[in-house]
Amino acid sequence: MGWTEHDYESIPGTYVFDGKTSHSSYALNKLFYSFNEEKSRREFAEDPAAYADKFGLPEDQKSALLAGDFLSLLRMGANIYYLAKLAIPSGTSVQDAGAGFHGITTDEFKALLLSNAEGFEEKLERAGGFWNG
Amino acid sequence: MGKIIGGITTSHIPAVGNALADPEKRNDPYWKRFFDGYEPVKEWLADVKPDVAIVVYNDHGLNFFLDTIPTLAIGCADQYKNADEGWALPQLEVFPGDAQLSWHLVESLVNQEFDPTMCQEMLVDHGFVVPMQLMWGHLEGWPVRAIPLAINTVQHPLPTARRLYKLGKALRNAVESYPEDIKVVVLGTGGMSHQLQGERAGLINVDFDLACMDSVINDPEWLASKSITELIENAGTEGAEIIMWLAMRGALHSNVNVVQKHYHAPISNTGAGVLVLENA
Repeated sequence: MGWTEHDYESIPGTYVFDGKTSHSSYALNKLFYSFNEEKSRREFAEDPAAYADKFGLPEDQKSALLAGDFLSLLRMGANIYYLAKLAIPSGTSVQDAGAGFHGITTDEFKALLLSNAEGFEEKLERAGGFWNG
Repeated sequence: MGKIIGGITTSHIPAVGNALADPEKRNDPYWKRFFDGYEPVKEWLADVKPDVAIVVYNDHGLNFFLDTIPTLAIGCADQYKNADEGWALPQLEVFPGDAQLSWHLVESLVNQEFDPTMCQEMLVDHGFVVPMQLMWGHLEGWPVRAIPLAINTVQHPLPTARRLYKLGKALRNAVESYPEDIKVVVLGTGGMSHQLQGERAGLINVDFDLACMDSVINDPEWLASKSITELIENAGTEGAEIIMWLAMRGALHSNVNVVQKHYHAPISNTGAGVLVLENA
């Protein structure tokens, strides 16, 4: 018995949320899902450790949660959309989180986004037919 | 008889919802070009006046938790509400549904060997809400009845690109077999390239995005033949949402006219594209 291997596992810096991942982190993502309700967000803010225990998180996931270590949480199976429910209410944007995954500042991450999209208007002009308002 | 009068594809980035809530953002240099790209879309909609919008989107952990993830789910209710997704989103005006058409779609899809989960209560998240706001949020009240059609793009394995293309074709059969004279627009939402997670976060692939837009217009087979792994490699983990554009394309004829084609990047972490297509 073992987990089936997949070709996407070799893509660097990428954590595909498949059955193996989801299975290892069900309680963690369930905790994040609870943050859809404001009273759960408040309860977590009041005593994060107790809230982690309430959901029965294993020690390593609990430590990463209390440390706000997004990359470790991701590696331990946090789903990015569920992780956003932890990050955004505490004032961490998706750009802040992206910067955290790279170990760079948010400004550096925003510059990376711009540079990845650099020259797109010239490409549209070459492709033609785009409305460039 | 039901008729599909055209299709729209658009990104459904949550930051767009926030920007729409702030009137000053409309002409902000970061946002202006992006929002300008939707003006011709709104004009087209005002002209063709659809009765119903079928919105193909993915739920990001609002209505569906990981305990039960349907690959394909259809709202079969008279109305739909949005809700807080974790960051204190306001309650919007209720979205009117069309339960009779929903159940007709379900019956037709099942007969065409699709297996939708039938939802008589369904909260709709930003994947559905942001496109609705982009199309009709400037009007008083929603001028269309909406049918949410949720595709799993969160918990792998995801449905294949080709499956979504076939779903679009099945939707067309379903709408065209509806006895009532209604005009339907199909919205395929999500994408384009973005990866929110991991050390590869921040990926934006303009060349691939433009190739996808061209494929959706002229050669849907190209995108339909991509594996999910190929989509992740090129468009990022979250960029695999682009498969939902094929549901819109499948609902149209093989030849289409382009009403609007627009692209902007980056918006938040994402390459943002919008297309309006009509049957040729």
